[in-house]
Amino acid sequence: MSTTGERSAGGTIYQQVQASPEFGDLRRRLRRFVFPMSALFLIWYLVYVLLASYAPDFMAIRLSGNFTVGLLIGLLQFVSTFLITTLYVRFADRTLDPAAERIRHEIEGEA
Amino acid sequence: MQLAQTQGTVGSVGLNIGIFAVFVLLTLVVVYRASRSNRTASDYYAAGRSFSGSQNGIAISGDYLSAASFLGIAGAIAVYGYDGFLYSIGFLVAWLVALLLVAELLRNTGKFTMGDVLSFRMKQRPVRAAAATSTLVVSFFYLIAQMAGAGGLIALLLQIPNSNKLGQSIVIAVVGLVMIAYVLVGGMKGTTWVQIIKAALLVVGAFVMTFWVLGKYGLNFSALLGGAVEKSSKGEALLAPGLQYKNKIDFISLGIALVLGTAGLPHILMRFYTVPTAKEARKSVVWAIWLIGIFYLFTLVLGYGAAALVGPDVITKAPGGVNSAAPLLAFQLGGEVLLGLISAIAFATILAVVAGLTITASASFAHDVYANVVKRGQTTPGAEVRVARRTALIIGIVAIAGGILANGQNVAFLVALAFAVAASANLPTILYSLFWKRFNTMGALWSIYGGLAVCLVLIVFSPAVSGSETAMIKGADFAWFPLSNPGIVSIPVSFLLGVIGTFVGRRERFNSEKYAEMEVRSLTGAGSEKATVDA
Repeated sequence: MSTTGERSAGGTIYQQVQASPEFGDLRRRLRRFVFPMSALFLIWYLVYVLLASYAPDFMAIRLSGNFTVGLLIGLLQFVSTFLITTLYVRFADRTLDPAAERIRHEIEGEA
Repeated sequence: MQLAQTQGTVGSVGLNIGIFAVFVLLTLVVVYRASRSNRTASDYYAAGRSFSGSQNGIAISGDYLSAASFLGIAGAIAVYGYDGFLYSIGFLVAWLVALLLVAELLRNTGKFTMGDVLSFRMKQRPVRAAAATSTLVVSFFYLIAQMAGAGGLIALLLQIPNSNKLGQSIVIAVVGLVMIAYVLVGGMKGTTWVQIIKAALLVVGAFVMTFWVLGKYGLNFSALLGGAVEKSSKGEALLAPGLQYKNKIDFISLGIALVLGTAGLPHILMRFYTVPTAKEARKSVVWAIWLIGIFYLFTLVLGYGAAALVGPDVITKAPGGVNSAAPLLAFQLGGEVLLGLISAIAFATILAVVAGLTITASASFAHDVYANVVKRGQTTPGAEVRVARRTALIIGIVAIAGGILANGQNVAFLVALAFAVAASANLPTILYSLFWKRFNTMGALWSIYGGLAVCLVLIVFSPAVSGSETAMIKGADFAWFPLSNPGIVSIPVSFLLGVIGTFVGRRERFNSEKYAEMEVRSLTGAGSEKATVDA
């Protein structure tokens, strides 16, 4: 499967693909989604941990019955995790997979 | 409150052993059947890449929901309330790192181990040796924590008191031997099936208990919380953070290690190789996130339920301490039979997790150290798998010995330490090699060995080991690092060391061909390991 040894004018097939605009576009789309999203959920988690550490009184405020702000924010961490998961899967299925598959066929067709 | 007087002699030992024996027999049959198609290295290490995303996702939950997260978190919520819940959130959110940044790229790039990815465009031997070192260290800590946890569980479930060390040691040895049988006979395929069966039992068991508990309070969670508050000597404090974690910085440090450690745990990373494509790897993580998330929601109810129905004081006094909350709740709800079932699931949990760790450590030793460092890639897959099996046997024996020695010791910090090492030594190196073009061999070595060393030094001189009431070595005090969790220092230091190392080693020739191959391969799956027999 490895085609690294096969050299042509512009380097190996992988180097040619890496330099292609199509691949550059795929890489940019991936990074533009996963980096900001990672920063977002990490900050949101850190805010939660800091609130739990430094604002326990705020977290202990009762919203309804025995249900507290802390429990609500904790459960919201679950909701945001499920939501980001769903968003990413939709993005990957629609945007990343078709592009990745096209490039893969190009390479493996040539190999 | 008859439980308080009987001091943990709950349930029927015969029934507990009986249900557990049925589980072991059933899984051994499954493992044996799975083993008949084990021929190649790819079969042994990666189950021939034949599992579907959903199967692998269930197996990942089985691998991840260790005794620490099932018994430990339910117990922590029962006794310390909100702080136990905090712990579970770190464990869940961590999966987004795996989903967004690691799983698919790793599946496309590597073959069997973490070392495959880290060494892809670096000098093979030093980087593989480093990756194997950190894999073995993380797996070892995790393994000892699991096996030591078995001791407490045995005390509770088989009514072998803590004074009878010989009896407990024999049970730990039996658990270890069954685990070795799974790994040697079934390889990754058998181990995966054990994890799938265990995960299904665990989630169904927790589901039934959750609604049983909620039913007692008319499906009103607030009323359940009220019951817990009433029963606990801590009262309303149970509903807010601050009971368990007194040192704020220490808690933040733990939180960071939990959220960044998961995607660096070698036994979790290795599971991504058991599926045929990156898309299936993605699907695995999605399944794992939903299952693990729902499971932690169950433990929230179970924890407060145990506080309300059993009572924190009874739980802390029971043999097994905090870990006994879920089993005691099961007994309170469904008597001997439910206790027997939950106990069997708890044992199955230890078995499945330990088996997963053993196969990972043995694969890393055989594939990275033996085949690529010692034999410089000049070996046959058959010889490599033979080495892997022998290593698994040795690791199993070490696990049994370690479990017996650690039995009764306070080694709870080992799980947190395993996460800290994974987050410090492994994650920065994985992210750099996947996303940073200029990252080089020296950078990889600095971030792995540096992260590992900083973690180990800080933990040895921390209050977890000496100089506090809960320390492992009581009566000694050589601690100078104020935190029990090194993550807040070791993780940034390790990321920084990766950069400094890369700068120091900048004269290494940049391998643009390998870099192109790795990047194209990681994003598109071109040339990645296929489901077919490959070795």
